[in-house]
Amino acid sequence: MNENSIDNLCSVTDTVRNGLARRYRAEKRFRWFGVCAIFLSLLFLVILFGDILSKGLPAFSQTRIKLSIFFDPDLLPADNLESADYNALVKSSCRKLFSEVKDRRSKRSLYKLVSEGAAYELRKKVLQNHNLIGTTRDFWLIADDELDMLMKGKILRDSTGRYNQQQLGWIEKLEHDGRLRRQFNFTFFSSGDSRDPELAGILGALSGTILTLALTLLLSFPIGIGAAIYLEEFLKKGRFSDFLEVNINNLAAVPSIIFGLLGLGVFINFFGLPRSAPLVGGLVLALMTLPTIIISSRAAIKAVPPSIREAALGLGASPVQVVFHHVLPLAMPGMLTGTIIGMARALGETAPLLMVGMVAFIVDIPKSFSAAATVLPVQIYLWADSPERAFSERTSAAIIVLLIFLILMNASAVFLRRKFERRW
Amino acid sequence: MKKLMFMLLAVAMLMLPAMVSHAGSLRNYITIVGSSTVYPFATVVAEKFGKTTEFKTPLIEATGSGGGLKLFAAGIGVKYSDITNASRRIKRSEFEKCRKNGVQEVIEIKIGYDGIVIANAKSAPRFKLSRRDLFLALAQEIPNPDGSPTVIANPYKTWQEVNQNLPATKIRVLGPPPTSGTRDAFVELAMAGGAQNFPWLKALKKKDKHKFKAIAHTIREDGAYVEAGENDNLIVQKLQADPESLGIFGFSFLDQNSDRVQGSLVDGIEPTFENIADGKYPVSRPLFFYVKKAHVTIIPGIKGYLKEFTSEKAFGEEGYLSDRGLIPMPQAEREHYRKVAAELKPILTPADF
Repeated sequence: MNENSIDNLCSVTDTVRNGLARRYRAEKRFRWFGVCAIFLSLLFLVILFGDILSKGLPAFSQTRIKLSIFFDPDLLPADNLESADYNALVKSSCRKLFSEVKDRRSKRSLYKLVSEGAAYELRKKVLQNHNLIGTTRDFWLIADDELDMLMKGKILRDSTGRYNQQQLGWIEKLEHDGRLRRQFNFTFFSSGDSRDPELAGILGALSGTILTLALTLLLSFPIGIGAAIYLEEFLKKGRFSDFLEVNINNLAAVPSIIFGLLGLGVFINFFGLPRSAPLVGGLVLALMTLPTIIISSRAAIKAVPPSIREAALGLGASPVQVVFHHVLPLAMPGMLTGTIIGMARALGETAPLLMVGMVAFIVDIPKSFSAAATVLPVQIYLWADSPERAFSERTSAAIIVLLIFLILMNASAVFLRRKFERRW
Repeated sequence: MKKLMFMLLAVAMLMLPAMVSHAGSLRNYITIVGSSTVYPFATVVAEKFGKTTEFKTPLIEATGSGGGLKLFAAGIGVKYSDITNASRRIKRSEFEKCRKNGVQEVIEIKIGYDGIVIANAKSAPRFKLSRRDLFLALAQEIPNPDGSPTVIANPYKTWQEVNQNLPATKIRVLGPPPTSGTRDAFVELAMAGGAQNFPWLKALKKKDKHKFKAIAHTIREDGAYVEAGENDNLIVQKLQADPESLGIFGFSFLDQNSDRVQGSLVDGIEPTFENIADGKYPVSRPLFFYVKKAHVTIIPGIKGYLKEFTSEKAFGEEGYLSDRGLIPMPQAEREHYRKVAAELKPILTPADF
């Protein structure tokens, strides 16, 4: 009997020992899978960022041409400086540079090297400083997007490209004379959309995004938190609260385009709010983020230990005092995190905005909630769809700006959580 | 934290009615909807117009021709768009919808032509196609090769099977989805054009239009035609990666990417600026926009925008729109539409259809 049980024990330890190697192997294998998963996702991330950065970074510099401009008083009548022909100044200085160009066709292809934006730049300079008139000055003026692409090596320097031999000769001469250089692309950050890639900027979309998201935050944060507090702290649990909970969870999973259709039907067609305005975009995105905020806020409130509530009640606080003096401050970090994640999702939306007319070509920079505006992801979409080659690098540059925005928002979520979080 | 929240709430409450009441005020910029083919041209004009006049830059949405006309036909008033772009002519049903909703006076302005190109990568040999080849290669059902007036499911796998003179590569064409106006035009001009090479199909078109359309307008779905989305840039990139396939897109994309892709000859004609302008290239279509006459007096700047668009420096022979790939109309036609834009007549009538 005794021997028997010892035998038994031995056989158990033997089985365990025999199986040990296999179990260690299984564990190792599992860890190895984990490492692989992380490595793969990191690899994809690196590929994504590498691709976007390598495509987008060149867009932050822009080729400029040095031209000596003679501010011809004949072309700039003092009483009509606003709408004088500034293009003629650019053209005459081009002609001076290449005096051998005579026929109309060649002249046209010569003028094409300089962007039309050059004339707007000169206009600005003259309006700021009337003393320029009558003098000759050197300016680094903005070059055409094709020339910019050529300088960046995106278009080959042979006649298969967009330039003919004659134009390539001029470009070589300009380069040789040190009249071409790349400098930081301020235009990209200071202007709205344009159909000329070299004049297109992100500012319009950026301010549209800020206006839209500000409204979204203003509406969805207080309403969402209010709803969460009521649902979690005051509403009696029962059929009705279950019904609400199921609906809120469903709403959080509804595709965003549906909210866009709702916005079109209710805000634009019924209330008559203006199309393409951050007002409607903000309302639609607020509706879309509300369920996310409510759900995460409820989770944050639930995480506050009941002992805190009971202690406060025991000391004579009213239920409202309990919520506002004790529960809310403790739940706030979680609520803020949820809100910021919801906002980050709203930042990347285009589908609902398509329905309310915010996918549009808008040059003027929006300054109010009812002005026509577009947002960053829409701008990316519009540029990605443009035929001009130079827009592809601007697309990536706009993606970089959007990503920076996103990273900042998520970082602030992490920061807030770290700063205010309490552990029990 | 608590104070902050109350303040936010209060601000939100205060701002809402203010914003809503603001919305009712008069719009002082033009709103334009419509075709994504016309969009690159209309936006250039709008930008120039905004920069060179005292008016604000018009707002342009790319909704597609059909979507644009739907929004356009919705009614009269600042809520509704003033102009719609279209890569095809307005349909009778759409025109009637306009009239039903109070949009009585619509002015039609043709701006030029757009060619649809069938292109491949420059590293591959250039294709010489006919419309008949395109129909036989891409239709769901093709006429029975034995000559009888019946159809069979499209059996062709390579171009050589379609036409002996073509290379023995697999048929693979990247093109736009059915929602696109480019696809509509391609089907109508290239495929239906090719189908009419068969006498019995031509006869069928006169007799039973629907049946003809079912044969000539249906693109095969067995993988030879790949729907590559509305983004033409993407098609250009895919062509570069896969030199064996062909892509279908608008002329302006060929023009901007002439160092990467080449347009196939259709019926022996190369898709060049000159050939499309002459009307020799068979797969080209006119582009339009439509204006509500009633809005000209309500919204500032419409007349100026029309003038800019129809000026010689915009849609003329050497205008800035031709630099973007718009094919200009002949001189006489341009002058006609310039006059239409200036005098805002004639308005469209049911007799025009």
